[in-house]
Amino acid sequence: MDRLDDLEAQSIFILREAENRLTPLGMLWSIGKDSNVLLWLARKAFFGRVPFPVILLDTGNEFPEVYAFRDRIIKEWGLSYIDAPCPPVEETDPSLPPKARAAARKTLGLKRIIAARGFRGVMLGIRRDEQAVRGKERVMSPRDAAGGWDFRHQPAEFWDQYNAEPPPGGHIRVHPLLAWTELDVWRYIEREGIPVVPLYFSREGKRFRSLGEKDITFPIDSTAASVGEIIAELEASREPERAGRAMDHESEDAFERLRAQGYM
Amino acid sequence: MAAPPLKLVVVGHVDHGKSTLIGRLLHEAGALPSGKVEELQRLSERRGVPLEWSFTLDSLQAERDQAVTIDTTRFWLTLGGRDLVIIDAPGHREFLANMVSGATGADAAVLVIDAAEGLQDQTRRHAYLLRLLGLEQIAVVVNKLDLVDFAEARFRALEQEARDFLAELGLEPRIVLPLSARHGDNLARASANLAWHEGPTLVEALIEFGAAAPAEEAPLRLPIQDIYRQEDQRILVGRIESGRLAQGDTLLFSPSNKLARVKSLEGWPGPPPESAGAGRSIGLTLDRPLFLERGELASHVENAPMLANRFGASLFWLGVEPMVEEREYRLRLGTAEALVTVERIERVIDTDSLAPLAADEVQRDQIAEVVLRSPAQLALDDHARLPRSGRFVLRDKGITVGGGLVLLRGVADQRRAATGRADNLTLVSHKVTQDARAARFGHKGGVMWLTGLSGAGKSTLAMAVEQHLFRKGYAVYVLDGDNVRSGLNANLGFSPEDRVENIRRVGEVAALFADAGFLCITAFISPYRADRARARAATPPGRFHEVYVSADLAICEARDPKGLYRRARAGEIGEFTGISAPYEPPLAPSLVVDTARQPVEACIEQILGYVAQHFATESGAA
Repeated sequence: MDRLDDLEAQSIFILREAENRLTPLGMLWSIGKDSNVLLWLARKAFFGRVPFPVILLDTGNEFPEVYAFRDRIIKEWGLSYIDAPCPPVEETDPSLPPKARAAARKTLGLKRIIAARGFRGVMLGIRRDEQAVRGKERVMSPRDAAGGWDFRHQPAEFWDQYNAEPPPGGHIRVHPLLAWTELDVWRYIEREGIPVVPLYFSREGKRFRSLGEKDITFPIDSTAASVGEIIAELEASREPERAGRAMDHESEDAFERLRAQGYM
Repeated sequence: MAAPPLKLVVVGHVDHGKSTLIGRLLHEAGALPSGKVEELQRLSERRGVPLEWSFTLDSLQAERDQAVTIDTTRFWLTLGGRDLVIIDAPGHREFLANMVSGATGADAAVLVIDAAEGLQDQTRRHAYLLRLLGLEQIAVVVNKLDLVDFAEARFRALEQEARDFLAELGLEPRIVLPLSARHGDNLARASANLAWHEGPTLVEALIEFGAAAPAEEAPLRLPIQDIYRQEDQRILVGRIESGRLAQGDTLLFSPSNKLARVKSLEGWPGPPPESAGAGRSIGLTLDRPLFLERGELASHVENAPMLANRFGASLFWLGVEPMVEEREYRLRLGTAEALVTVERIERVIDTDSLAPLAADEVQRDQIAEVVLRSPAQLALDDHARLPRSGRFVLRDKGITVGGGLVLLRGVADQRRAATGRADNLTLVSHKVTQDARAARFGHKGGVMWLTGLSGAGKSTLAMAVEQHLFRKGYAVYVLDGDNVRSGLNANLGFSPEDRVENIRRVGEVAALFADAGFLCITAFISPYRADRARARAATPPGRFHEVYVSADLAICEARDPKGLYRRARAGEIGEFTGISAPYEPPLAPSLVVDTARQPVEACIEQILGYVAQHFATESGAA
């Protein structure tokens, strides 16, 4: 088994645990590269059929290419899709910095769809290497009724025995890609031929390395126009992946506060 | 293709410099994102403190404020062409659960010791946990040598102390190294300050470590995770923990003890493989429709797991509430779940002195050896033989409160007994009916199964009752140790397996007596509910009468008719019921005879009264 086989087998194990233990279960699909890999792994785990709905936390602010890609994949892969509209920025925590408030719209959208559908498990494609605060996450992470993350008192998780029991009124965040790195994701996309939004590929010297909403995500300088070129670029780079995500950098603890309040 | 990275956990006492060491390693490997060192410098200046490499890691606000690592986290780097994942594990006592959460994912460990402070309680506790977690590739790092003027004598003394302590645990470090992580001495480059050190740098030592290989050569273990129904097919899914399986293999499922062949492996997209090895998450179909559920453990027929409902364990406790005897917890073993009761806490281990402590409860962060029992049979592997299927967690109120390793020394394999009767036999019907037999003997046939501690009075009562009933004309016979062990069970000893088989045969013979119309009285300690349940199942419905001959341990021990308690107390007899092995009293006995509170004659009358009431025929000849 090589490194990608190892990661794939582990993620499939987690997906199957979540599907067995947490009903109803939904998957957040940001339509970025990571959640596409997650969706692909779900198809492998369940033999071509995705047995739970996929949810877009829709701010209405995604790039048009993202919406077009979404419509194509829903049809081709026969997905059960939920569009979860996010409340306007006025409803977010006013003490957060401005870009973080834009991101916090998704937190509110997520809380509402969880409440509306009664989800006990929500799966998402975050990785430990993306961002230091995400590095502390568990594979199955309990959230209280308010959706908050108590990172100071996380339950123990070892030997692949996950915390698949939501607290009263709460839910479990499931993170099957936690052990993957950005490079692993691209190498797997290359190996498996997984489709991604074309915005990741260079056009006129710029490409998106991390995809968020139009107004708070910025492209990087790059000439990488294929998956192979992206891999070569990343192998040589020391720039952090989320450098183009404005909300991470407004203050020392902005992202930590977002996550404690229930952000992905 | 790239090999899986080496996963390395860094452990040790709080403030001994684990996070500094990792931060510096990331820097040496060029793995810090550009701008990170400058960001750290700015941060350090703003706070008016010297540059702290540990700030690289302690990304949570709470951790920077306290300068203590709270939770485990991971870092990716490449050193000398080797991909590494470094797992930072907190040293603080109160964060042991987080340390374990990090360390269980590792292939190798670095144990960090402060040159000035030496071995501290968390150093020792972490070393003990490394052994429990099965981590054998260990590098010991004596850090902060700059604080002791790079003195070789200090290093040698600590090296010896560390080696001695690890040797007591049965661990041998691959290497013990002097280091100053903050200044980079002997980390990636040899240092003039440590000219007396002739060994490798830490980086050179680390790249020699190997990633744990999936155990393809070991016996097959596939815990069933789920069963999917797809287009008339039932697909069993799970991850192979050890061994290999191929299309056409015969699989044994435990604990249900069912057999089937692998019809196909399933996969998406593209053609499925014909075989698969350890580490793979697979799907398969069987050649026959078995009713199986999540929690079954698939193996080959050879080298199957043991079936037992009582087993030993070495465990670490993370629960806020202490573990106590007779308390129930939820066991998770692979994909199986069961309620288990803590039957006995054998010893709690002081990780400082490694001495056993006298204790009747296990406190948070303590390590102990215990005996657990479950009402249901479990498929078990000894941890020393198959680490991945020989470990479990205990859960309480929805969270994990402990982790343990299965110890099967002295545990009886119930599989032979569980196999039950061969189901390919055709039973020939007797031409003599049960009613005819009852009419001939004047009473119904059945089993009076006496159970109780040694010395409770089973044999005395059985023989007296037999005599009384025989005089009244009953067809009655007693089975006890003497008449059974000398012939029918002459080939059985006193191993746990043989004891199970002894009781199984007694149950079957008693059932034959009952079928023949006899009243069969058995007098065996038969301490386990599972064994008695099996004897009941062997007897036709309604004809098995469980009689609990009750007397408490102190009374039985005072009677000690055969001197067995004295010998058991002296350690001459192992696994003696009531002393070093449990007795499970009946939950719903047909009759309770209390030999401690009433004289023998009254007990005999009580049993005779029960017999008259339950074995009489309609005509009442007896």
